Amino acid sequence: MKKKLLYFVTLITIILSSCSKNDDPAPDFEEANLAPFSIEFDNIVGDRTFSINNTGSLYTNAAGEKFSISMLQYFISNIKVTTASGKTYTVPQDESYFLINGADRNTRFTKVQVPEGDYTKVTFTLGVDSLRSTMDLSKRTGVLDPAAGGGHDSGGMYWGWNSGYIFFKFEGNSNVISDDVNGDPTGKKQFKYHIGGFGGYSAPTINNIKVITIDLNAAGIAKVRKDRQSNVHLFVDMMKVFNGPNAFSIAAHPNVMFSDYSVNVAKNLAQLFTHDHTEN
Amino acid sequence: MNKKHFIVLFCLGLFIIACKKSSPIVEEIETFLGFQKPANFPATAYNFASNPVTKDGFELGRMLFYEPRLSRNNTITCGSCHIQSSAFTQHGHDVSHGIDDRLGTRNSPPIMNLAWSKAFNWGGGVYDLDTQPIIPITTHEEMDENLENVYNKLRAMPKYTSKFKAAFGTEEINTANFMKALSQFMVMCISSNAKYDKVMRKEGGVSFTAEELEGYTLFKDKCSSCHTEPLFTDGSFRNNGLGISPVNDKGLYTATLIETDKYKFKVPSLRNLKYTAPYMHDGRFLTLNGVLEHYNSEVQATPNLDPLLSGNRLGISLTANEKTKISAFLNTLNDEDFIKNPLLAEQ
Ligand code: HEC
Ligand code: HEC
Repeated sequence: MKKKLLYFVTLITIILSSCSKNDDPAPDFEEANLAPFSIEFDNIVGDRTFSINNTGSLYTNAAGEKFSISMLQYFISNIKVTTASGKTYTVPQDESYFLINGADRNTRFTKVQVPEGDYTKVTFTLGVDSLRSTMDLSKRTGVLDPAAGGGHDSGGMYWGWNSGYIFFKFEGNSNVISDDVNGDPTGKKQFKYHIGGFGGYSAPTINNIKVITIDLNAAGIAKVRKDRQSNVHLFVDMMKVFNGPNAFSIAAHPNVMFSDYSVNVAKNLAQLFTHDHTEN
Repeated sequence: MNKKHFIVLFCLGLFIIACKKSSPIVEEIETFLGFQKPANFPATAYNFASNPVTKDGFELGRMLFYEPRLSRNNTITCGSCHIQSSAFTQHGHDVSHGIDDRLGTRNSPPIMNLAWSKAFNWGGGVYDLDTQPIIPITTHEEMDENLENVYNKLRAMPKYTSKFKAAFGTEEINTANFMKALSQFMVMCISSNAKYDKVMRKEGGVSFTAEELEGYTLFKDKCSSCHTEPLFTDGSFRNNGLGISPVNDKGLYTATLIETDKYKFKVPSLRNLKYTAPYMHDGRFLTLNGVLEHYNSEVQATPNLDPLLSGNRLGISLTANEKTKISAFLNTLNDEDFIKNPLLAEQ
């Protein structure tokens, strides 16, 4: 019996270790030796999966307010990876702008090319850097086109009047919102968080650009090789918009756009991301 | 061919030549010179390197400027609020009057000498002329349209696809070439042929009258630190002491959220005042006299009032006589060539 068990354990160990790709050595770091890599922005809401128009099954924040979500869009840009020995690779900027749309699961991967290697850190920007925000229009195409999304009242992510992108757009409904000017005078009980502000053209203005670095050591480093798709799977927790270090209630702040208060909300946004695992 | 035919043909030929001579539009376009900096003007601010003005680009910009399809229900053009005969302002409207008769909160400023501007709108927020048209097209009170719809409407029109091809080498209509065409038209809206300019350039023996000259001296003393020659604006944002408006327009602050920017507005040019009444960001003064009396006796100590207007007395003292002289000088800044330039008109 004992022998049989030992035999079984050995077998399992062999199977497991042959399955794992952990044993291949990291290739030499060469900038031109590019391979596919992605970060997955998997939106969640606290203990629950993310869904749009969840009016039948509301979420509840730390303040006890029940809410539904009608829109979530944010920019991820300027992806950079770092190896354990500190070598870094920054994805060429022109290929490094992504718009994650909560309503479209296909947008959750930021697919890029980085050199083959083992990476222990990823860095990205939540928002659009100031340089790109002020570039010639011909350098602002695709998701950065001010025409994309049909204007800032709908899916658009560009503010014409202050020449900047909305980095993070989060809208929904909650019954706690009043019907007066301090809430939603249209009576639709809508909250709107449109967070932007790249620091200003000529004079320094609010800067809500958040550069986020995620350490991959605990939940799995990224082993980027030509023959596979290494994917760093992040959870992006919308509950932390409300429950982050600058916790606030929807009733007190149902609308936050270009205002001083947006700086507090942006600090919460920097905390949305946790590394769940890496698929190599 | 008999002699009679020959004579007819000959006369026809003469007629065509004569016709051509008498049509300044045809003539000018044949020798389209692109953007020409007037001799008495400083260096430009617009990035011409990324958008050189060409004949086709300029003409396309002009077509777009006067194109009602830029608005949701195809009723409003840029030219509805920026009317050439009013030096590209909306004469007679204190605040802009847009789609479905909706009113804005600010007075339409002139499209004039914008190649020298580093910041746009009364309250700033836009620092690249190429991105300015996004605002009126997408604003509820102005044209209330979305850009993609505009492009789709134009894509269906061969006159546009062929003009885009001529101007940018591609029939594709996208944000960059759409905006750049509009900019090419707008930077060509140059006003530099007022009497003042001719005096400064010493053209054709033009000189100021005694009254204008005295006005000029007073102007340099009292006004030109903000309304700086030859553009008659230093391009800065300042508070000139207007009482706070009922809508509490905070000016530059709206775009920057910086406390010291509250109630600062862009210093406007003083060219073509004859055509651009009413005055100030909300069009509150109907006459130049009203403006001068404001500086003389109505300046209010609102937050961030410009130090130049808050010395030992509020405002700038102006006697009736001085006002007359300053007005006479300001009159020399009216440029009839500009408001009548056929190149800038709807074709
Ligand atoms: C409904 C009226 C209206 C329409 C239509 C309109 N504008 Fe304007 N425009 C304004 C007003 C009002 C302002 C000043 C806005 C402000 O200061 O906030 C302005 C400002 C501008 C400026 C800035 C000028 C400066 O000196 O700072 C430019 C350039 C301009 N408009 C171009 C255009 C173009 C191009 C179009 C067409 C795409 C257009 N406008 C359509 C009313 C209009
Ligand atoms: C401290 C700077 C400053 C000084 C000095 C100054 N202005 Fe102004 N002026 C401004 C500003 C700023 C505005 C726009 C204010 C607004 O609309 O809120 C303006 C607006 C005007 C306008 C309205 C133009 C338009 O198109 O609406 C006129 C006319 C004018 N000024 C004339 C003068 C004259 C004449 C003097 C000298 C007696 C003078 N200004 C001195 C800053 C100044």
